[in-house]
Amino acid sequence: MHRYRYTIGQAFYKSVPVLAGYVVLGIGFGILMRKAGYGVLWTASMSAFIYAGSMQYVGVGLLTGGASVLSTAITTIMVNARHLFYSISMIDKYKDAGKYKPYMIFALTDETYSLLCDGKYPDGSDPRLYRFMVSLFNHCYWIAGSIMGSLLGVILPFSTKGIEFSMTALFVASFTEQWLTTGNHIPALTGVICTLLSLVVFGRENFLIPSMLLITLVLTLLSDREEKGS
Amino acid sequence: MKSVILIAVMSAVTILLRFLPFLIFRKQTPKYVSYLGRVLPFAIIGMLVVYCLKDITPLKPSFGIPELLGIITVAGMQVFKRNSLVSILTGTLFYMVLVQVII
Repeated sequence: MHRYRYTIGQAFYKSVPVLAGYVVLGIGFGILMRKAGYGVLWTASMSAFIYAGSMQYVGVGLLTGGASVLSTAITTIMVNARHLFYSISMIDKYKDAGKYKPYMIFALTDETYSLLCDGKYPDGSDPRLYRFMVSLFNHCYWIAGSIMGSLLGVILPFSTKGIEFSMTALFVASFTEQWLTTGNHIPALTGVICTLLSLVVFGRENFLIPSMLLITLVLTLLSDREEKGS
Repeated sequence: MKSVILIAVMSAVTILLRFLPFLIFRKQTPKYVSYLGRVLPFAIIGMLVVYCLKDITPLKPSFGIPELLGIITVAGMQVFKRNSLVSILTGTLFYMVLVQVII
């Protein structure tokens, strides 16, 4: 029983940095939905069942623009294709997750990934429960934030212009943190340079998929070089 | 009613993407896939940073200046404080002040 409570406490502590980010981003999403004419139930449902920040922002446009089912599916694949990569790198770490595994795969967002990707867990805690609770806490913050945005958005006494920058800030913070914790900056630079290149060549509407292909190609070539060197 | 269908599609496709690698490599993870799993997160976060900045117009007002200053603030705060929470909040508030009051 003590170990149970200790594990949940440690999971909460680990998830706190995501709390503010998700509440801010969630509020931004709730406000966008409210402006688009969708109430709190719509907002909460999307946050509960899609649970992918940037996709939900894009989704508001799809809903209001009357997109077709096919174009919605294709857009979702394009925006969320990176989740394939996240799952690929968690295959080994989630191997023994047992009954928690399906939910943990469902809830594997960028932020949850960044908290759990090192595979570590506090001494004396139950690793399976720990990872499950970190995932669950983050999911709750996201749902709560979007509900707050939906309810408060209309009566907020100040302008929320610019709040969408919180998403950029989140990734810049992750990028900087990853940069500081590793000595090998080649993968990070590969990501930035390949994406910039694709942006210039393919334009801002269609560059995400070419970026991912180019990144995979470059990293694959680099891995061959690495293996030959060793 | 159509909105319900679109939301269901977004949800189903997202779930499928997240589960697919686990389903494909259920038995054993190939060495190449493990390697990708290690290096991709760094590259993908770099990609996401660029993705967020895709709508900047460097040659027209506001020349991407608020975004640049916002990013410097976030990265700088992260280097000094190592606390993502503080970095994100400070950077976002600073950016909001910039676009609402100054520029």
